[in-house]
Amino acid sequence: MKKAEELINQEYKYGFVTEIEADTVPPGLNQDVIRLISSKKKEPPFMLEWRLKAYERWLTMKEPTWPKVHHPPIDYQKIIYYSAPKQKKSLSSLEEVDTELLKTFEKLGIPLEEQKRLSGVAVDAVFDSVSVATTFKEKLKELGIIFCSFSEAVQEHPDLIRKYLGSVVPANDNYYAALNSAVFSDGSFCFVPKGVRCPMELSTYFRINSADTGQFERTLIVAEEGSSVSYLEGCTAPIRDKNQLHAAVVELVALEGARIKYSTIQNWYAGDKEGKGGIFNFVTKRGKCAGRNSKISWTQVETGAAITWKYPSVILQGDNSVGEFYSVALTHNYQQADTGTKMIHIGKNTKSTILSKGIAAGHGSNSYRGLVKVLQKAAQARNYTQCDSLLLGDRSSANTFPYIEVRNRSARVEHEATTSKISEDQLFYCRSRGITGENAVSMIVNGFCKEVFKNLPMEFAVEATKLMNVSLEGAIA
Amino acid sequence: MFEIDPCREAFRTLEKREASKVPPELVSLRRTAFSRFTELGFPTPREEEWKYTNVSPLLKHQFKFSIEQPANGLTAEEIHSFRLSGLAGAQLVFVNGLFSPKLSHTGELPSGVKAASLSEALIHDPGLVRPELARTAPYGRNGFTALNTAFIHDGAFIHLSRGSGCEKPIHLVFITQTPSGPLISQPRNLIVLEAGSRAAVIESYYFLDGKAYLTNAVTEIVLKEDASLDYYKVQREDARNGFHVATTGVRQDRNSRFFSFSISLGAKLEREDLNVLLGAEGSECTLNGLYLVSDGQHIDHHTVIDHLKPQGTSHQLYKGILKGKSHAVFNGKVFVREDARKSDAEQVNKNLLLSDEAGVDTKPQLEISNDDVKCTHGAAVGQLDEDALFYLKSRGLDDENSRDLLTHGFAADVINRARIDAVRMELDRELWAWLQNDHLAGETK
Repeated sequence: MKKAEELINQEYKYGFVTEIEADTVPPGLNQDVIRLISSKKKEPPFMLEWRLKAYERWLTMKEPTWPKVHHPPIDYQKIIYYSAPKQKKSLSSLEEVDTELLKTFEKLGIPLEEQKRLSGVAVDAVFDSVSVATTFKEKLKELGIIFCSFSEAVQEHPDLIRKYLGSVVPANDNYYAALNSAVFSDGSFCFVPKGVRCPMELSTYFRINSADTGQFERTLIVAEEGSSVSYLEGCTAPIRDKNQLHAAVVELVALEGARIKYSTIQNWYAGDKEGKGGIFNFVTKRGKCAGRNSKISWTQVETGAAITWKYPSVILQGDNSVGEFYSVALTHNYQQADTGTKMIHIGKNTKSTILSKGIAAGHGSNSYRGLVKVLQKAAQARNYTQCDSLLLGDRSSANTFPYIEVRNRSARVEHEATTSKISEDQLFYCRSRGITGENAVSMIVNGFCKEVFKNLPMEFAVEATKLMNVSLEGAIA
Repeated sequence: MFEIDPCREAFRTLEKREASKVPPELVSLRRTAFSRFTELGFPTPREEEWKYTNVSPLLKHQFKFSIEQPANGLTAEEIHSFRLSGLAGAQLVFVNGLFSPKLSHTGELPSGVKAASLSEALIHDPGLVRPELARTAPYGRNGFTALNTAFIHDGAFIHLSRGSGCEKPIHLVFITQTPSGPLISQPRNLIVLEAGSRAAVIESYYFLDGKAYLTNAVTEIVLKEDASLDYYKVQREDARNGFHVATTGVRQDRNSRFFSFSISLGAKLEREDLNVLLGAEGSECTLNGLYLVSDGQHIDHHTVIDHLKPQGTSHQLYKGILKGKSHAVFNGKVFVREDARKSDAEQVNKNLLLSDEAGVDTKPQLEISNDDVKCTHGAAVGQLDEDALFYLKSRGLDDENSRDLLTHGFAADVINRARIDAVRMELDRELWAWLQNDHLAGETK
């Protein structure tokens, strides 16, 4: 059996910096920087106003201290708030894209061509903060689906942006959401019109590149009546010494009968084995089941980032709406994760399912924090929550903080949680069948996560299993 | 308003009165606690620990501090109904937090067993009291505990010497009487079981008149090696005007065993903190709780079990039934520290909502820092199972009886865990009465 340490000590595979001339503004944050961002992006006046308002609110807010994570204080004046790869003109095909950029994607194992051909996935690649290539756009256009970068949407569909931006996550929702609202540089926008089923998985790859650049993306997905869409998000980032802040906002709106499936694989740089460096991932994700019979489903696999602070939530406003949250969070070395969900039951017969699997190895700290709230009008609301933690290593820790607030008698809310390690019996059994200890661990961990993985789209499920193996092999000595 | 200033005044009065009698260590303990109280003040819902319980209705009253025994004492007949029928054994009675020798009887306690008032013990047994006082219920974080500590004055002191045992349960009866207006009573209890000793203690709270009052109790329990304690707390304060805030701190030594059973039947607002420290290897605790919450009541149970050392075991079952416009809170924390290998922790909280206006906030919490553990927790909020109801009805029971039977079954799961027959039977009667009461109230509406 291979010793744990060897495998744990594996260096971050995707650590490299691509040298491209970047168009950056000096570090620091003030009204002028926000004006500059807005003008660089040629935004209409309402956007600038919205950003400035958010900035004002942000100034009055305090960084939250309740998550069970520790990090050195963040100096918000040292962050560069805007960085865009230099581009001469808008691009219509891959040939026009900077070859350095394309190489980077190849190293990441996600060449655009490959993606296009093999998986039928439309890829909107965000390199640092600006979208550089969008594929399958034409195809989607035929169906009336809008899938483009956020800045493009601001230019071309200002009415939609105006209507839905901030409708789920208000600009003053929390400290990081307010910061994002003030300075977000780009992101993705997706609009699926009434009755349309999006024929392909939509996907974006985010990547932090230019040194000291906080990345603040903003994603907005709107699914009109009876439509459905599945969205994938995945990320990797190069090695850095300094901590980098990543404060994204994702908003989902599902109207009557609409379905949105949002899947994430998060593999930001987690810092080295002493806990130095790594990304701070402070994300606000929320979906609103605005109409009857709508459904929003979050699936996440969180293996990276030094600190993760993230609670993809669903507001179940429409009657009979359904919210789901499936999560695997893995912390290793000195990684810290405080993640979970909020399910707010407002409408009648609303249902939610929470399935959270936490794995903590090394000095990792893994917390589940969730809220299930059933308001008085939410008759027959139903929630089932299960959160299991697996501890690998006696210096790791797992915490569970579920909040359950029920105001309706016909509601049924159940919460179950377990914490354990891989039992000697299980390992012994596997070994007695000729499976090496290491394979046994990997098998058991994958089995532990299976219920969540099976909710991932095919392409991601494969990647997720690989990712778990890489991150965990030998974590048991 | 109940504010810090009147407390300060009362504190000065207490200090003056007792200047000559009280040992200097106690004086300084009280002073430190009081100054901590002035820093902390009363908690607000902004604090995480008090998120769901707002004590502001309590603070509206101008409570007077109970420092001396009311002149017109109670008679044995007046408190006769507070006896648990079928319960033999020592009974210590406290009126407004102060020991009443007249109403109490200790009978013949076995050798090595002491059951007395704390104020006497402070004078006669300082060697037993002082090393343990204010050690297991720290007052640094909770304003109410600090206030109680500042006014340490009287309460029960139970001490079992090494290897001794007391077969019959010791019953502590706390009665609040408010002939002259709103009153705060602050009993302070200390229970120490030396190595290998065993005992059962029942702590009950009752009231007599209908004026507003606050019981702010603190009980400290110390279990030495191999000691074993069954601890029952029966809270039957006034559901209209009684406020009950209590902290129970337990510290367990190697292989000791703590069995607790907490029943909440009364109080307009109750906040109960039960903190158990499994401080040495092989210690074990079992916490049971049942709260029956009626219209206008707010019941909040907070428990903390801290597994500090290896091979600790904790089992916890709290159940609640709510009717009318009522509110229940449960917050159970289990910590497993880095050293606590082979810990086994189990926690369950279940709530049954019988009315549209009832609300429950529950927060079972696990913080685990060792991998070699087995920890589970569960929480559920719901109503009676429709299938079970249908089954009973199909057997000829009417709706009301079917519901009562199922509700009774839900609670009986906890009640049956009481190991003192007198307590178990009393509770069962109490539960049926509570269920019936509902229908009577329904009919008069």
